[in-house]
Amino acid sequence: MGRGVAFALEGVHRSYRSESGGEVAALAGIDLAALESSFVALLGPSGCGKSTLLRLVAGLDRPERGVVRSGGARPAMVFQDAHLLPWRDVLANVELPLELLGQPAPARHARAEAAIAQVGLADAAHRYPAELSGGMRMRASLARALVTEPRLLLLDEPFAALDELTRMALDDELRRLWREAGLTVLFVTHSIAEAAYLAERVVVLSRRPAHVVLDHTLALPAERSAALRAEPAFARELGVLQEALRHGAALPC
Amino acid sequence: MLRRALAQSAPPLVTFAAAVVLAELVIRALDVSPLILPRPSAVFAAATSEAGPLLSALGATARAVLAGLLLSSTLGVAAAVALASSPWLKRAFYPYAIFFQIVPIVAIAPLLVIWFGYGPRAVVAAAAVVSVFPVIANTLAGLLSVDPALADLFRLHGASRFATLWKLRLPWALPYLLTGLRIAAGLAVIGAIVGEFVGGGGLGVVVLGAMRQQRTDLVFAAIGYASLLGLALFGAVGLASRLALRHWHASETNR
Repeated sequence: MGRGVAFALEGVHRSYRSESGGEVAALAGIDLAALESSFVALLGPSGCGKSTLLRLVAGLDRPERGVVRSGGARPAMVFQDAHLLPWRDVLANVELPLELLGQPAPARHARAEAAIAQVGLADAAHRYPAELSGGMRMRASLARALVTEPRLLLLDEPFAALDELTRMALDDELRRLWREAGLTVLFVTHSIAEAAYLAERVVVLSRRPAHVVLDHTLALPAERSAALRAEPAFARELGVLQEALRHGAALPC
Repeated sequence: MLRRALAQSAPPLVTFAAAVVLAELVIRALDVSPLILPRPSAVFAAATSEAGPLLSALGATARAVLAGLLLSSTLGVAAAVALASSPWLKRAFYPYAIFFQIVPIVAIAPLLVIWFGYGPRAVVAAAAVVSVFPVIANTLAGLLSVDPALADLFRLHGASRFATLWKLRLPWALPYLLTGLRIAAGLAVIGAIVGEFVGGGGLGVVVLGAMRQQRTDLVFAAIGYASLLGLALFGAVGLASRLALRHWHASETNR
């Protein structure tokens, strides 16, 4: 297919200072590359350094050792909670990235409205975050990430705080957006089922200091729907991931 | 709207009326000298018969208080922005900002008169000096508590330092600043009146004059006018914060 590489990490080490002053190794020699337009899930126990890895890919942080390469284009990021500016309505929040990039008002207005429609929030464009449900806030956050038409979308456990039904709806939404826009997605999660349902490929990390325990391309159809969750093939993949996660959690530090 | 305003203001008005009636009865029953503690009815009489001079003194004090608050909020926010810009600056200078909190205004007021001369300028300076610390402390706390994920978002999209300050840090600190202003408003009234004791003008001079004439009732009347000024300022800051934060901050959306 001749797809390029969206981002690559080679032998990446990163540690940080803990509250008590000691050095804590977060990432210990991570090798990870993703092809353009792929959907990669990063699965690992809580506090294993997944967010650290995401910040490195985003260019918000630098590794102590190793190399981080990215396609050059500016990635977009979706955080664990929606993290909207509470004093701006949905439209103004979604416009923010374009505003910071210095786009003129009429152009960013039109693009923001399109992104809001894309995530199904058109009716709420002039409401404030405090007036929205958790799911709607997350949709607004997704629209803010998509408005710059990024080639790489980084998501840090974005739907973890939502109820199950809302979460499933947003999972489907994200799959649809990914296939339509043809962007690369790196999705951090601690949910095995979410990783298996969303991604083409799942990378399992061990507990801290994190390294790659399993790099696994899922043998699942490209079309995903709720019915898939009941299929034996899906259960099999869950088993593989669970085993790897357990193995990674049991490793000595 | 009117019912809610009534429901909000009725309880404090009732307690006020009850306290006044009680004071009147106790002072009459114990036959306290009006020089020590005038009856509330005498204070009200002084407040109305001397309303002209009291109101013009109130106007002078109010002007000095507003100018002082304008000065302390501008300088306070500027100082907080500077202190928040680097941990080094904060460590080097913040301890000295605390000086403004512990400064005994009574002791420093004569100095202000030496520096700024008799008249409103020294009074404005006194109001500003005592009210600047809560502005600095609260705004600084707000600037430093910005959501790190949002700071990341701004960096990710290449925001300049100025854009981050203007579109993220200052709006984030606004509820904190408004809390600081509520405290500053009351302090500025105190500062102005102490400033007037030394620098002249306004309610401070009325209090001094009434004291020399042994008109305790007039002293109380002047205190009453000063309290009204403080209450009005407190209410104005409250109204401003309701208007500015009504859509988004829990302190106003949870009402």
